[in-house]
Amino acid sequence: MSIIDKTAAVPAPRDGSHTGPLLEVRDLHVEFHTRDGVAKAVNGVNYSVNAGETLAVLGESGSGKSVTAQAIMGILDMPPGRIPKGEILFRGQDMLKMSDEERRKVRGRKIAMIFQDALSSLNPVLSVGYQLGEMFRVHQGLSKKDAKLKAVELMDKVKIPAAKARVSDYPHQFSGGMRQRIMIAMALALEPDLIIADEPTTALDVTVQAQVMDLLAELQQEYNMGLILITHDLGVVADVADKIAVMYAGRIVEQAPVHELYKRPAHPYTRGLLDSIPRLDQKGQELYAIKGLPPNLLRVPTGCAFNPRCPKAEDICRTEIPALAPVTEQDGTDLPGRKSACHFWKETIHG
Amino acid sequence: MADLSKNDEAVAAANEEALVAAIDAPVERGEPILQVRGLKKHFPLTQGILFKKQVGAVKAVDGVSFDLYQGETLGIVGESGCGKSTVAKLLMNLERATAGEVFYKGQDITKLSGRALKAVRRNIQMVFQDPYTSLNPRMTVGDIIGEPFDIHPEVAPKGDRRRKVQELLDVVGLNPEYINRYPHQFSGGQRQRIGIARGLALNPEIIICDEPVSALDVSVQAQVINLMEKLQDEFNLSYLFIAHDLSIVRHISDRVGVMYLGKMAEIGTDSEIYEHPTHPYTQALLSAVPVPDPEARAHRERIILTGDVPSPANPPSGCSFRTRCWKAQEKCAQEVPLLAVPSVFKGQDTPAAHFSACHFAEEKQVVPAH
Repeated sequence: MSIIDKTAAVPAPRDGSHTGPLLEVRDLHVEFHTRDGVAKAVNGVNYSVNAGETLAVLGESGSGKSVTAQAIMGILDMPPGRIPKGEILFRGQDMLKMSDEERRKVRGRKIAMIFQDALSSLNPVLSVGYQLGEMFRVHQGLSKKDAKLKAVELMDKVKIPAAKARVSDYPHQFSGGMRQRIMIAMALALEPDLIIADEPTTALDVTVQAQVMDLLAELQQEYNMGLILITHDLGVVADVADKIAVMYAGRIVEQAPVHELYKRPAHPYTRGLLDSIPRLDQKGQELYAIKGLPPNLLRVPTGCAFNPRCPKAEDICRTEIPALAPVTEQDGTDLPGRKSACHFWKETIHG
Repeated sequence: MADLSKNDEAVAAANEEALVAAIDAPVERGEPILQVRGLKKHFPLTQGILFKKQVGAVKAVDGVSFDLYQGETLGIVGESGCGKSTVAKLLMNLERATAGEVFYKGQDITKLSGRALKAVRRNIQMVFQDPYTSLNPRMTVGDIIGEPFDIHPEVAPKGDRRRKVQELLDVVGLNPEYINRYPHQFSGGQRQRIGIARGLALNPEIIICDEPVSALDVSVQAQVINLMEKLQDEFNLSYLFIAHDLSIVRHISDRVGVMYLGKMAEIGTDSEIYEHPTHPYTQALLSAVPVPDPEARAHRERIILTGDVPSPANPPSGCSFRTRCWKAQEKCAQEVPLLAVPSVFKGQDTPAAHFSACHFAEEKQVVPAH
């Protein structure tokens, strides 16, 4: 690696010299080469996040939502993973073209990630104070002592009681909610511009889930961060997101501002998902169930990937892949921010 | 002398016969089929390797009472560690209760043994949470679903078993030709169907479901829930449905019990619990559930509890919820509130007059009514 590579400019600083979205993913493809063939996990995903905005990526297991996040973070296992196509622009710079060294400067400092299972993402043989302090020691070259002080500060920030006394405790000595707070603290350590939270509350109880989501929202506001929230829980999304991208079999099938999506879904899959969840405030009759199973990524159906499970599927759905196209009102007025990848979105939203 | 012991044996055998007959007798719809009274399970905490000394106990279940009626679904909700899964294990007799009774058709199953216990076990079956670990990966689906017949051969004669298993596969919506496949060839939802088919094999009367859908994808959850409701009508089953997802519990349950730290905090019909909760814990739990409707987000009061659930090895004195309760007073630390209709609502004909273990019970609507 040449010296020029090492000293190449790190993405623009926080002063706002870059205009446009904070992060933009363009036509991203990810595939995994396995013994059984090529699994196409992500097939052309586009989305963007602005500073201070929350984008929720919704999908079932195997829809490619986590793989997209891993590609953004640059923590995809390659091989077997491969990114044949696509751009990931952070403040206008394509991260896929950066050297490892540059990438490392972005990762953790500019973009941080919170993982689902805090117990397995924290190192069990190191104290939480040491793990929190590592961010400062590695990225800012602080001494061990200063790093520890910073760690205490962070633990206070995420409202862990008696932070000073607990900084030398090990992960197993904390409860699930507290461990998730430590994960959040770690992600926040260097005040990143963007946080990717991959199912941050799935492993938690509802009462603790509410605490953690509130904390995350509060901190996001304080630092004016962008947040990508990856989840399968339609309830959590409704509470915190600004806009939603629904993924199915490696594609975004619908994109909309949060209020719009729940009121008038424009894709049969979204509609099916909304109808299939029981509601706390309603005692319904039989639940609507989407028939069939999510597709095998080694053999994604031709045409629209959802066609074998779709109640509205017709011949065109089996042959032609629908593009993610803007959705309009019946009279043709624009619905800003709304897109749907369905040949029959008109019937779905207005029908 | 020899005659006498023979006589005793005959009497014992006759008694057992009578017990088994009582256990197999049908129960009318709407009558209690399972009555749980003061059930306790304390796991000892020991110290030392050679001379183990008991230093305390984890009070996983600490005095739980409820009835399960024939043909109904009783939902049990609570956070992790509140003892709901231990209750399931106690009802299955997989764990020996420390104290308390479980009456199945009037017989205390915690004291049964031998043939009578076997007969009870046939009538109470279980569906487990994780469809990935609760099926033996080396057995075919046919062997897994047919295994209960090896233990209870009276249900299906040997030559008939294959056909029975295929029937069961059909009932749970799987292709009967899959009988020779292995669990890894199925998806999560299909595996849970196999687990349900196994639970149904012996024509049980009660099925205890411990988080049956929490490991499944949203779109598949609905399929399994619908299947369970269909089967309940078809086979006249009673479900004890344990889950932490309050929305699903509301959907499937006729009555709901809320557990906290090994005790029942509140129990009543689904509308009593969801629309007229009187226990502060139930109110906090309900208000914390994210509602999939952004419109509701604005005008919804949320009660966010502080702190975590206390350790069941060292529960607080008095009411176990008082450490996180915003209403807690002196009385709560001293007196354990009993699970009964609160005195303020006694004799009144309101939906708020249901069993709630709180000194300061008061109705509060937290779920927006529709």
